[in-house]
Amino acid sequence: MLSTVVRNLARRSFSTTPQVAAAKNLTVRDALNSAIDEEMERDERVFILGEEVAQYDGAYKVSRGLWKKYGDKRVIDTPITEMGFAGIAVGAAFAGLRPICEFMTFNFSMQAIDQVINSAAKTFYMSAGTVNVPIVFRGPNGAASGVAAQHSQCFGAWYSHCPGLKVISPYDSEDAKGLLKAAIRDPDPVVFLENELLYGVAYPVSDQVLDKDFVLPIGKAKIMRPGKHVTIVAHSKAVETSLEAANELAGKGIEAEVINLRSLRPLDSETIFKSVQKTHHLVTVEQGWPQSGIGSEICARIMEHETFFHLDAPVWRVTGVDAPMPYAKTLEAAALPQGKDIVHAVKQVLGVK
Amino acid sequence: MMQNISRNTSKLLWRNAGIKNYATEATFEVNRPYKLHRLDSGPSTTVSVTRDEALDMYRKMQSIRRLETSAGNLYKEKIVRGFCHLYSGQEAVAVGMKASMREQDNIISAYRVHGWTHLMGVSVAGVLSELTGKKGGCARGKGGSMHMYSKNFYGGNGIVGAQVPLGAGVAFACKYKNNGGVCLSLYGDGASNQGQVFEAYNMAYLWKLPCIFICENNGYGMGTSAERSSSNTEYYKRGDVLPGLWIDGMDVLAVKEGTRFAIDYVLKNGPIVIEAATYRYSGHSMSDPGTSYRSRDEIQEVRQKRDPITSFKERMLETGLATEADIKKIDSEVKKEVDAATALAKSDTEIPVSELTCDIYSMNQEGDVHGLTPDKKLKHTTLKTAVNL
Repeated sequence: MLSTVVRNLARRSFSTTPQVAAAKNLTVRDALNSAIDEEMERDERVFILGEEVAQYDGAYKVSRGLWKKYGDKRVIDTPITEMGFAGIAVGAAFAGLRPICEFMTFNFSMQAIDQVINSAAKTFYMSAGTVNVPIVFRGPNGAASGVAAQHSQCFGAWYSHCPGLKVISPYDSEDAKGLLKAAIRDPDPVVFLENELLYGVAYPVSDQVLDKDFVLPIGKAKIMRPGKHVTIVAHSKAVETSLEAANELAGKGIEAEVINLRSLRPLDSETIFKSVQKTHHLVTVEQGWPQSGIGSEICARIMEHETFFHLDAPVWRVTGVDAPMPYAKTLEAAALPQGKDIVHAVKQVLGVK
Repeated sequence: MMQNISRNTSKLLWRNAGIKNYATEATFEVNRPYKLHRLDSGPSTTVSVTRDEALDMYRKMQSIRRLETSAGNLYKEKIVRGFCHLYSGQEAVAVGMKASMREQDNIISAYRVHGWTHLMGVSVAGVLSELTGKKGGCARGKGGSMHMYSKNFYGGNGIVGAQVPLGAGVAFACKYKNNGGVCLSLYGDGASNQGQVFEAYNMAYLWKLPCIFICENNGYGMGTSAERSSSNTEYYKRGDVLPGLWIDGMDVLAVKEGTRFAIDYVLKNGPIVIEAATYRYSGHSMSDPGTSYRSRDEIQEVRQKRDPITSFKERMLETGLATEADIKKIDSEVKKEVDAATALAKSDTEIPVSELTCDIYSMNQEGDVHGLTPDKKLKHTTLKTAVNL
């Protein structure tokens, strides 16, 4: 779906990551794979379970090669019983292991959501700070391509609503590697929302990223591209769309500052506030539905902070259309924000034609 | 049935110039035979117990009975709020099982767990104070009746059935760490029909997890009798290919022996499903008088004919394992302990309101916690030390 032209544009976008001259290309898939591999090697307690993670090499090949390397004890194929295996994973975390529980897509996590929220997220608090739950729930989230309504929902808003969880939504390979390693090392339950369409995308990464101790902080956003006229905040796939829009806007003399949230919980308000105090205009972008979404939360936070007084115009949210995802290609395309939709929103917010 | 001592034997020992005499050990036949599912042989129907073990089990059952009575009273006085599910009548299950558990074994159950919490190391005061929501509670009052934890005891879970796969997960960790431990995963007849229970059975069997699934069948899931909730009420057979064992849950010795057998079994072979037939005197919870769906006669009959504590006491007395004086002494000590704990649970104070935002995360990265209004940011603090760091 992503054309080579746009991919090149995305790569050439200025990023605040320290760039090294001899950069290597790393796909998101390989970044996740090496994150899991490195953490399993580093800590005996880490294991991965889920449907098809072992002998199939992963439904999306994220766990490729791991079963061959670590065997049945640590890479475990489960039956199609999400509630059961998520519960088993949480129980294993109660008893001191560090499970990575894969949901083939987060749509299926709804079958197990009680274990994620009531057993994982709340136990540390209910036990008054004794039983912490060092588990990672990971898998693809949100819209893919042509998979229709039951397989396209974004769960960012639902999971980030709950205290006790940490929720990460990475964009590129650097995010994927650094944040998954951070999630696995984290002593609290983490929901790690990947994106199927980004798995195959390669991004240039520095040697630092390839290091086996490369960890990114959870809860800190990244400025992908600095700008001064408008702030665009997005997470996951929408970051790519935002960068495309920023390039188009640059051609019109509008410099957009694109913020990649990286984490939904904690949500990095400080970075957003600082940026908006500079640009005075804000557009949020997400693929999920509008009601009670990530953009809604960001709007609320701006309203409750003195940054509100720095706004020259109301905040606009660019979101998926408030309807279940249709299958037909043109309808599906019309249901998700494209670069042109973000450009349109920015122009409205800036009051330009 | 309680008079079934024809094959009981005891070793008598004269003491104190013949004024007192007691046995140091006795052997009993279990009150009702075990029922087996896919097992060639089952636990022994002959159980030996020493005087010390017997007195200890009696004390423990009596402590649970008294502490539950106190909990019920505290609830009626409105000092305990919300949910309060009493274990009165079911004591033999927890005490018998604990008697066979070793240091490395684990247990998880649902919400009828005040007794288990005490058996797993929390003082009576710690349990009652948790019920009254005070700082002396084992979860500092933050959990309440359904969320009590201690070493190797993973609660205390409020969502019916969720604890079953969690328990299989704890068993998974035992096997992974190769620590020789098992996990007892308890649930009721009401929970037994949950899909996740079967999911847990399935994976435990495939992966040969040292998990003992235990259905405490007290005949009722809230107000719905077993016959009305379950198409198959032979809960020990519900594991299908998993072997199963039916035990008379009112006979503490049968439970003890059955659990010993099960622990031995699962360490070698993988999971087993136990059904412990038991009975609860109270309603489902303190909000339920427990008489709209069953007759008072039924409750009375169990109290008079099958009470786990009375029947065990009689066995001890008959065989000379204990004297009336021994029993009186224990009863009085237990009463004293529970009375003191009750007083403490009433007089203790709650944790300060600042602890509302304590221990949400073991490693907080969120900064301040959003309070009731945007201008009220609360501090996240950490008090206890997380055990899984």
